[in-house]
Amino acid sequence: MNFETIVGLEVHVELKTDTKIFSPSPSHYGAEPNMNIHVKDLAYPGTLPTLNKRAVDFGMKASMALNCEVADVMNFDRKHYFYPDNPAAYQISQDKRPVGQHGWIEIEVEGKKKKIRIERVHLEEDAGKLTHSDNGYSLVDLNRQGTPLIEIVTEADIRSPEEAYAFLEKLKAIIQYTGVSDVRMEEGSLRCDANISLRPLGQEEFGTKTELKNLNSFNFVRRGIANEVERQEKILLSGGKIQQETRRYDEATGQTVLMRVKGSANDYRFINDPDLPEIHIDQEWKDRVRAEIPELPDARKARYVQELDLPEYDAHVLTLTKEMSDFFDATVAAGADAKLASNWLMGEVSAYLNAEQKELHGTALTPDGLSSMIKLVADGTISSKIAKKVFKELIETGGNAADIVKEKGLVQISDEGTLRAIVTEVLDANEQSIEDFKNGKDRAVGFLVGQVMKATKGQANPPMVNKILLEEIKKR
Amino acid sequence: MTLMKKTAAELQALLHNGEVSVKEVTEDSFKQIAALDGQVKAFLALTEEEALAKAESLDNAPKEGRGPLFGLPIGIKDNIVTKGTTTTSASKMLENFVPVYDATAVEKVNEAGMVSVGKLNMDEFAMGSTTERSAFQTTHNPWNLDCVPGGSSGGSAAAVAAGEVPFSLGTDTGGSVRQPAAFCGVVGMKPTYGRVSRNGLIAFASSLDQIGPITRTVEDNALLLNAISGVDHRDSSSSPQQVPDFKTALTGDIKGLRIAVPKEYLGEGIAEDVKDKVRASLKVLESLGASIGEVTLPHSKYASPTYYAIATAEASSNLARFDGIRYGYRAEGAKNLDEIYLRSRAEGFGTEVKKRILYGTYALSADHHEELYVKAMKVRTLISQDFASVFDNYDVIVGPTSATTAYEIGGVVENQLTLYANDILTVSVNLAGIPAISIPCGFSKGLPVGLQIIGKHFDEATLYRVAHAFEQATDFHKRTPSIGEGTN
Amino acid sequence: MTKFTAEDVQYFANFARIAFSDQEAEEFSELISGLVGFGDELKEVDTDNVEPMTHPLQLFNVLREDVPQDVLDRDEMLASVKEHEDGMIKVPNIL
Repeated sequence: MNFETIVGLEVHVELKTDTKIFSPSPSHYGAEPNMNIHVKDLAYPGTLPTLNKRAVDFGMKASMALNCEVADVMNFDRKHYFYPDNPAAYQISQDKRPVGQHGWIEIEVEGKKKKIRIERVHLEEDAGKLTHSDNGYSLVDLNRQGTPLIEIVTEADIRSPEEAYAFLEKLKAIIQYTGVSDVRMEEGSLRCDANISLRPLGQEEFGTKTELKNLNSFNFVRRGIANEVERQEKILLSGGKIQQETRRYDEATGQTVLMRVKGSANDYRFINDPDLPEIHIDQEWKDRVRAEIPELPDARKARYVQELDLPEYDAHVLTLTKEMSDFFDATVAAGADAKLASNWLMGEVSAYLNAEQKELHGTALTPDGLSSMIKLVADGTISSKIAKKVFKELIETGGNAADIVKEKGLVQISDEGTLRAIVTEVLDANEQSIEDFKNGKDRAVGFLVGQVMKATKGQANPPMVNKILLEEIKKR
Repeated sequence: MTLMKKTAAELQALLHNGEVSVKEVTEDSFKQIAALDGQVKAFLALTEEEALAKAESLDNAPKEGRGPLFGLPIGIKDNIVTKGTTTTSASKMLENFVPVYDATAVEKVNEAGMVSVGKLNMDEFAMGSTTERSAFQTTHNPWNLDCVPGGSSGGSAAAVAAGEVPFSLGTDTGGSVRQPAAFCGVVGMKPTYGRVSRNGLIAFASSLDQIGPITRTVEDNALLLNAISGVDHRDSSSSPQQVPDFKTALTGDIKGLRIAVPKEYLGEGIAEDVKDKVRASLKVLESLGASIGEVTLPHSKYASPTYYAIATAEASSNLARFDGIRYGYRAEGAKNLDEIYLRSRAEGFGTEVKKRILYGTYALSADHHEELYVKAMKVRTLISQDFASVFDNYDVIVGPTSATTAYEIGGVVENQLTLYANDILTVSVNLAGIPAISIPCGFSKGLPVGLQIIGKHFDEATLYRVAHAFEQATDFHKRTPSIGEGTN
Repeated sequence: MTKFTAEDVQYFANFARIAFSDQEAEEFSELISGLVGFGDELKEVDTDNVEPMTHPLQLFNVLREDVPQDVLDRDEMLASVKEHEDGMIKVPNIL
């Protein structure tokens, strides 16, 4: 029997606000334990939540970027469960009236485009952090408690691990473009759970699903889903039944492992939070937030292909992160040829970033710098060989290509008289090579060109050197 | 004679003329407490050292710019957090809990120059109407020490009635300021929901809770409400509605005032002696130029089940934070996390609290959420609409505050109708979020009877105007219990 | 009247994380049965087309600017914590 894979994702994204969603304590990553807390974060008796306006704006912005309808009226609900990282024993979230609903994003897998529907986007507060130790106790740090989150829930539209990967890549790009989150999985500002089930091909209703947690990178999401699909397939083919349960992906073994069986024991007892009045979002508010959304990756990609004549592939890679895409736009705006700029960014620049484990903003390279260099190559001022030297200088210490070329005397020698004099000197010193050439050894020319380059520290204009060399040899 | 039975205006005159100092006023309060509280048991904590230090510094402050409450003592109900002073909610759960911040209402009384003398007893987490459900002590009614002071703000009402302090703060979720004020023969106001910030009030039922002033006279009550009212950025449910100077409402003139008397408020379950005093009070108001009409509040009979579903549902949520982890009681020798939760909460909460948490958990559970909790919120709409219809044609609603006068300590109210009537009188006001005041309107067998005046949203001014006119026309407020006599 | 059994007490007590002995569960089943019967009275009220009242005031859009303030001093916070280590609150493991 053949099965169809059915996957729905629940993605949590931390919003990049200055303060928590329901208290005014600072909301940033990496502080000393329990130094960024307000009495509300501790669920101290008598404390009340106060809603961060920017968190609402960000929730709306993300919803709009994901093509959701933004609520006219929304409220916050309390979701109850006891855990040491959840001080009030309830999490303030949104149950029936979330900020965004009915959205979608388009993904592309193996050349095929497909829309993945988004059921809802809701605002909620993050929990604190619990560190387990071996000697029987755990330590609670509440710095993260109250950090604003959006939870993005997809419809069960995903049909393969590759689609899940493509969805996350696209989601990450879109959210990052809106600027509401850093979307860094390694810092926990993007977290993903997957609901996975199988059904026999052609069958309408879904099979029993399992929830997969602890997916710490996009690759693990892909591998985790693939492994879970395999596991379920084996059970179904041997006549077994899938149990509704929560499983964890074990990175070391590549297997999914049972965490807990879901029962009726989960009753979150949602209640409208009486401490937080309703939020009414009028058209003016929606318009203001919509106006703040920058050009999103799909629109940019289309522009690169249509207006700048870039290949689809280039356009896709360049728009994966807003930083790269912004850098590309600025480089072109500074006068660089689009295809050359794309080649450099996808080639040398990306190679450098990968090798050094850096991001663009962590280097000294500027769009003006890159553009100035591309222009010098294009107008023949420097050779592409020299350009690599200039590039290294630009990305490590910054500045402008023209200045570097001038300072280091890297200008290409294209003056015919100068080159002819150097060629003559080289030929005088290498009579044997001239002989070899005349005897049909073409390789001798290469040696002679090399000697000219050596004499000019690589600055001689290569095509001119070739031409003059042949002329001068013929004369002898 | 003690200074504690004087009004704010009288005390200000003495302070202004230099006849007494703030320190002497403060000392007098502690003297009264020392003499009487062994019997009344209103206070859970006293802050004598801090109070006297503050009094001295106030004495050195310039005379200009002093407000009407400057230098006057106040007691604070123990579910309102006070920085550096234990705040227990009368629960073993918070027995030694010392807050790191002041409630907004406490900040405001401090800014008004008042001197806090200590924390007042109550039913545990404000769940009760006798103050017998305190985990620490039972407060006695100053008018008859064998009787309860009412509750849950029993300590707040008894301390003022006994003459230990002239002012106190209570809290009212379902009558907890008004009913003890009635039982103790003092003035208690439950302001409009949102009038006073709830920041720092240990939540019982968030959509019902309000802090309210308890005093000997209507004028003093208005002054204290002036001081604690207003929007607070730390409480999103506090109202930006402008706060008028309630003192200017005290004109004595109620000519043309339209008073509604719901027939349910003088119906079955209400004791005859209480009805008599209320009817006599209505005559007084009529004689002052008010007109009286009978109305009906058809859904008031459902006030009690509605209140129980909503208040316990919210309480089950609000009290979930008491888990033995970050503050408060933690069971000894718990071997794992679940044991900490299960045992700390079993040992830290009293029976009444556990009962309400369980019922509230049931009301919010998936199977009962719609039929009980949501249903109750719908009935709440109807109860609220009943009031709105009455207020289309009337300025205030008048009736008893409580179905009976104070009952004996340890006694159980057996009569189901009386229990229902009590809830009808008080909790429907909280469900609607409107203001109501209780003032003394007579005595029966030596125990005070309370008259309740209910108003429109944010119309506390009219309530004070009516209460003040009544007070000026009667002398119930001048009577004091014999317990305080002979001291000083 | 609906009977709220001792098992019901234990079931809901589990959500509320309160331990009850068998005897206590019996006692509370009596107390809560009364309340449950009481709540049943609401069933007779016609609430068709009635909106639930979630809040007594018609307030909306109460929002705070995104500016940090009122950070709690950690030592003050830890003063009420029974057990702590390295600035963190110490709790026994789950099992």
